[in-house]
Amino acid sequence: MSFRIISPKTSQKIMTGIFWASGIVTVLILLIIIGYILMKGLPAVNLEFLLSEPVDSGRAGGIAPMIVSSLYVTLLAGIIATPLGVGAAVYMTEYATEERIVKLIKFGAETLASIPSIVFGLFGLSFFVVFLGLGWSILSGGLVLALMALPTIFQVAQVSVETVPQSYREGSLALGATKWETIYRVVIPAAIPGITTGVILGMARAISEAAAVMFVVGSALSMPVSIFDPGRPLPLHLYVLATEGISLKNAYGTAAVLVIIVLLITVLTNTLVDRYRRKMMGR
Amino acid sequence: MYRIEVEDLNVYFDEAHILKDINLKIPKNTVTALIGPSGCGKSTFIRTLNRMNDVISGFRHEGHVYLDGKDIYDPDMDVVELRKKVGMVFQKPNPFPKSIFENVAYGLRVHGYDDRDFIEERVEESLRAAALWDEVKDKLDKSALGLSGGQQQRLCIARTIAIEPEVILMDEPCSALDPISTTKIEDLIHKLKNDYTIIIVTHNMQQATRVSKYTAFFLHGEIVESGLTEQIFIEPRDKRTEDYITGRFG
Amino acid sequence: MISKAREKLIEKGLFITAIFSIIAILLIIVFIFREGFPIFQGYGVTNFIFGMDWAPSDGKYGIFTMIVGSLYITFLSLAIAVPLSILCAIFMAEVSPEIMRRILKPVIETLAAIPSVVYGFFGLIILVPFIRSSLGGTGFGLLTASLILTVMIMPTIISVSEDALRSVPLEYKEASLALGATQWQTIRKVIFPAALPGIITSIILGMGRAIGETLAVIMVAGNVTQIPSSILDPVRALTSNIALEMGYATGLHYSALFGTAIILFFVIMALLVVANYFHYKKKIVIGGGYL
Repeated sequence: MSFRIISPKTSQKIMTGIFWASGIVTVLILLIIIGYILMKGLPAVNLEFLLSEPVDSGRAGGIAPMIVSSLYVTLLAGIIATPLGVGAAVYMTEYATEERIVKLIKFGAETLASIPSIVFGLFGLSFFVVFLGLGWSILSGGLVLALMALPTIFQVAQVSVETVPQSYREGSLALGATKWETIYRVVIPAAIPGITTGVILGMARAISEAAAVMFVVGSALSMPVSIFDPGRPLPLHLYVLATEGISLKNAYGTAAVLVIIVLLITVLTNTLVDRYRRKMMGR
Repeated sequence: MYRIEVEDLNVYFDEAHILKDINLKIPKNTVTALIGPSGCGKSTFIRTLNRMNDVISGFRHEGHVYLDGKDIYDPDMDVVELRKKVGMVFQKPNPFPKSIFENVAYGLRVHGYDDRDFIEERVEESLRAAALWDEVKDKLDKSALGLSGGQQQRLCIARTIAIEPEVILMDEPCSALDPISTTKIEDLIHKLKNDYTIIIVTHNMQQATRVSKYTAFFLHGEIVESGLTEQIFIEPRDKRTEDYITGRFG
Repeated sequence: MISKAREKLIEKGLFITAIFSIIAILLIIVFIFREGFPIFQGYGVTNFIFGMDWAPSDGKYGIFTMIVGSLYITFLSLAIAVPLSILCAIFMAEVSPEIMRRILKPVIETLAAIPSVVYGFFGLIILVPFIRSSLGGTGFGLLTASLILTVMIMPTIISVSEDALRSVPLEYKEASLALGATQWQTIRKVIFPAALPGIITSIILGMGRAIGETLAVIMVAGNVTQIPSSILDPVRALTSNIALEMGYATGLHYSALFGTAIILFFVIMALLVVANYFHYKKKIVIGGGYL
């Protein structure tokens, strides 16, 4: 019987209190940050703000070109990264037999995921902008962001494909379907909820990025029309407004818009996954 | 006369010798039961008949398996065509996470049929033949996963017969089901046997006597005895058969 | 109907998508090194890494102060984030009632999804004045940067740790409780040690995020190229250096910034190796049956 300074019952009570405190602190942090930004930022956000172009370098006016830039660049990233990520996930789960190849692919995805965003930015500058001659453009930005979203999409898709029950594959093969037909008609559809989540997460990462695109996308205040035009996604605009002290009010507004987008994405991901799961379980 | 003839079949998984010198002739349009204790190769045998063992690494075979006179392991045998002719119902019902309609239509679509009316007709026929139509006709677009276990298994049977196979392999189709569902499926087998050659692996000896005309008794990877079900159960020729049937082991 | 040839083609195509990430990494390494090479060649590796003066207009490119700056920020934020995050993860996995957990999970997800610029902005507007008025100094500095980074890496550590804690087999917990241990004893002696490899992974991920973060740090860290002597002193991280000066750098200066990225690579690699060593060691101990 060891000597104890505090009885187990007391330490249990103390620790429970500490645990509760940590949970509450975490919730409070979120509420403070989001609450403050929305409180100060929402007043600046109105239809005019969202639909008009910036005036006087952003001192006045709205953020329409920035919203469009963000949409352009994120969609582009999603369109490029999704087939690559899902293809890689399918290959790894359904075709790759050699341990070495599997390890190599996993290593590739993990390493890509841990590269800091500014390094992606430098690569984007030296490769897409200069070497490939794509210039400071939405296209260059989309390509860089595709690289950043790729590991996320790959990792989530890979888990989804892996957890499709083997019995589905066997049922399909036994009916005379080929391997690819089985993948394309049964496995991928069954993995769609997971894949969709992965794509949304990947695109959420893309839409939040500023450091990766700041030297790639051009930072123009004008409305981008084609993907070869320069643009300025929302996070980058916030950074410029805040650090160059241009307009606190508009900075708050931009921040509020970003926060709302993020909240929408989080809610969307959760409800989508819930709804699809319920439908497929036949309830 | 015989739909399938198995000649001197030996099956190996890496170094393990699972099936030894199997010789068996399966007559057309009858039900043949495969009985024997767990782990003695019945499932492996039945999976050899539609080449489902091909997907398991380490699988190797010697000998011949003739379907209507042609060796199914011939290099120029199309596995996809083979599986159209030889269908399989699994031990645990495995409908796809799709609607009831799409589950049955799956095989048709995969084999190239795309006429909407034809598919609808065939789906209804198959569901009727599987004695499931009345229970699902009003909810064909609902998920198949919402059906009960017994219904799911009948759905899997419907899915298999939709592509009009000649042979249906059943690997312990009732072992995951309750007694009432089991009876329904046994009735179904009775109905189907006039049009299909059925091979059923079963643990349940009463089931074997109820549904099958011929029986083969597997023990340790070999067929100890095979013949008319009546004869195997009433007057087994081999002592090991008799011991198994009377429950001395199993 | 699909022919065998087409099946093979599809397989090859998928293989290419699979090794795409490897191709990308190789390209990244090639291009970054290509642009960064001049500074190593022209200025010297030791001068670059250990030089204490960063003054491009005078031709001085020593990044040592920034290596130290990055390490300080990372470790200070880990020091604050790790205990808080693990407590929160344990709370979610073992202590909290289901309702609380249902609230916390989306909260963590939302925290994880907020863009880093927004955190930086918040730090700039709220935290900097707060620190200035309560602790003195300019408000821009090591402490402020670490606090913002703490909030940014907490979601990562919490969610991965929580997963690790939840996947500890129920049997262990039940056995402990059945022997009369309290919940806290069970957590401390059984659940936490069993989840330790996963928790260490979460810390590694958090560390990776902290050292790679750029804009949030720039907005609150003060960005003076000196080694801070107190936590209120301004500091500049490797990532900040690149982002601040890239807009107007040319020639050797331009190459020096790419060189900074290369050093950043190596610092991250080194940290990962050390961290994985601990992870591996813990895994061996647990695997050997010690709890």
